[in-house]
This record gives sequence, C-alpha cells and structure tokens, in this order.
Amino acid sequence: MRRRAILGYGVAGVGAVALMLFVGWWQVDGAGGPEPVGQRPVALTEMDFRLTDHEGNAVGPETLIGRPTMAFFGFTYCPDVCPTTLSDISGWLDDLGDEAGEMNVVFITVDPERDTVETMAEYVGYFHPAIRGWTGPEEQIARVADGFHATYERVPTESGDSTMNHSASVFLFAASGRFVTMIDYHEPREFAVPKIRRALEEETEGAT
Amino acid sequence: MKEKILTGALAALLTFGGLSTPVAADSQEILVDDVWARATIGVSRPAAVYFTLRNTGGDAVKLIGFETTIAKRAEAHRLKIDANGISTMEPAGEILLRPGNDLVFEPGGLHIMLMGLQEPLVEGDSIQLDLLFDDGGRMPVNVRVRGIAARGPRN
Ligand SMILES: [Cu+2]
Repeated sequence: MRRRAILGYGVAGVGAVALMLFVGWWQVDGAGGPEPVGQRPVALTEMDFRLTDHEGNAVGPETLIGRPTMAFFGFTYCPDVCPTTLSDISGWLDDLGDEAGEMNVVFITVDPERDTVETMAEYVGYFHPAIRGWTGPEEQIARVADGFHATYERVPTESGDSTMNHSASVFLFAASGRFVTMIDYHEPREFAVPKIRRALEEETEGAT
Repeated sequence: MKEKILTGALAALLTFGGLSTPVAADSQEILVDDVWARATIGVSRPAAVYFTLRNTGGDAVKLIGFETTIAKRAEAHRLKIDANGISTMEPAGEILLRPGNDLVFEPGGLHIMLMGLQEPLVEGDSIQLDLLFDDGGRMPVNVRVRGIAARGPRN
C-alpha cells in the first residue's frame, strides 16, 4: 500500500529551488574546508561550548559526561524533520523503558535567534520528558556544530522568513564521552533501539 | 458504457479507506486518504499537511496547486537528506500522478507546507485544503489536526 509514485517536476520549480537554496546562505563547519563524507564527531571531552538548557541551567559538554548521550540538531520552526525526529526519539525512549532514565537526551537548536530558552521549554514539553532543549549564543552553537562536525545553514524563504538546513542524524555517545555511532534519519526503529543499547552497554563496560 | 460511468462515480465516492471527494474531469479519479496535519504552536511557525493520493483513472493527472483559507500560502515541498545527513527542503513544483499509482505525502518526504497561518492549528480541529489539478479539477480535502508529536495519520 505504501508504494512511492514517480514524480514530475516543473522547470519553474527547479529554478525556485536554486534560488531558495543559494541566496544568502551561510555554512558552519569544522576546519573551513569541505568535510569528508561521514566524518565523526570528536569526543565530548574534547568539545568546548557553553549553552543554556530549557530550564535555564548553564550546560556544556561536561554536563553529558558520566551517562550515555543521545544528541541531535534542529529548530522549533522546523515543519517536518524535527518534530518527526523528536517523536521518533520519544518512541525509542518508550521502548527503552527504565533504561531511558539512564541517558542524556539533548535537542540542540541551530536557530538560537528564534529559539529562546522559553521557546525551547514549550516545545520539548510536547515530547518525551527525558528530552532536554539546549540553546545559546550563535557563536556557541557554532562551536557545538564544530565539535559534532555537523553543519547548518540559514535559508531565506520567499515570504521573508527563513528555514534551516541542518544535520538530521541522531548522535550517540558513551558515558565516557566517546562517540559511538549515529542513527540516520530514515533508519527504522528496529535498528535504532539496538544502537542506543550499544551506547548504554559501553557505559556498563566502562564501569566494570 | 453507462455502467462504466457509474462504476467510476462509485469508486470516487467509496474511496479506499474513508475520505474522498469526487471532482471534475480526469481528476475525479483521484482518491485521497490518510489526511492529517501537525498542530502548531502559534501562527508564526509553518504547518505541514500529509495525505495519500491514488489515481484510479487511466490518465496521468498533475497536481498544480493548493488553496486554503487558513494560510496565506500553501506549497508542496520535498524533504531531502544528503549523503552527509543534511536535511534540506525544496519546492516540489507540479506533481504528476500516474494512473494506478499512489502518491504518499509523509514526514521525511513530501508535505504541503502552510505558511502565514491566520490561526494556529489546534489538535482535534479540522481545516480545509483544496487540491488543484491541471484539468481544472478542485478537490476539497478535510484535514484532521493531530498533536505536535504525531508521526502519522494514526500514530
Ligand atoms: Cu516545507
């Protein structure tokens, strides 16, 4: 029943795409050059940034050390991929049950201009209670993205608003801060949950 | 001949699962199902509408536009994830519905984005979105608003 039909596109549509994608964008990435495909984040212990969580607490990479971490980027004005990822994560956390309480789960905004602490608080309230929302000054967000080797860019829309292109993967770190793996956007849940368990198990190994 | 026309009309009325509205010309063979939208916080954020279209007719039909009274603009967008895992959203342009095929609008793929909302989309409410086809057909679709954390028409 869930077949995908072949789609046709107008030439006008392609022109609009080019305009939407290439007018006035900026990009933040690691060393200034193009990153190789699939470059991994550095360990959390090697990152350095200062943000604020949705309850107003000062947070940084050290906040995440000691428990396994699931982190991803997005923004609350995101119509499709972000609410879907947050819902997916909520579902994975439900599947994990009590184990979910042993993890840090952080949603980091790439749109701090619009995503204030209050905005993040309201937004994460619609999803699993383990999910924390982190925001902060633009340059600090850039440092986070740098450490994750994640990218984001602001894209103006025709109406004068903007939307954000950003890394859609979910990043998993062990309790030690070491990067374990990532869950791609379209990955089915039967693959996602075992990956999260792997990050949880690394914690156990490290502790024994 | 008469029977064939009747069958076409019946198919349009009966739908494949619930909702549908017959419209003029070739686009009368289009059925719609699994229609939903995500609730919004306020009116400054865009909303996304999803559904599945089935072309039960013998001819291809093009989906050329959308109209709703709840938003200033309604556009078909496509989400793409590149090899680096970066998500981007693009206008999908005109969309061809081939005969016998389903076209699925779903998270991570195609959606109708509503921009410039006149009022927030509230869970449990319904809004109307008209689908416009290249044969002049107009299909009013009743869109049920689900929660912000909804993943699909039923979950
Ligand atoms: Cu869109």
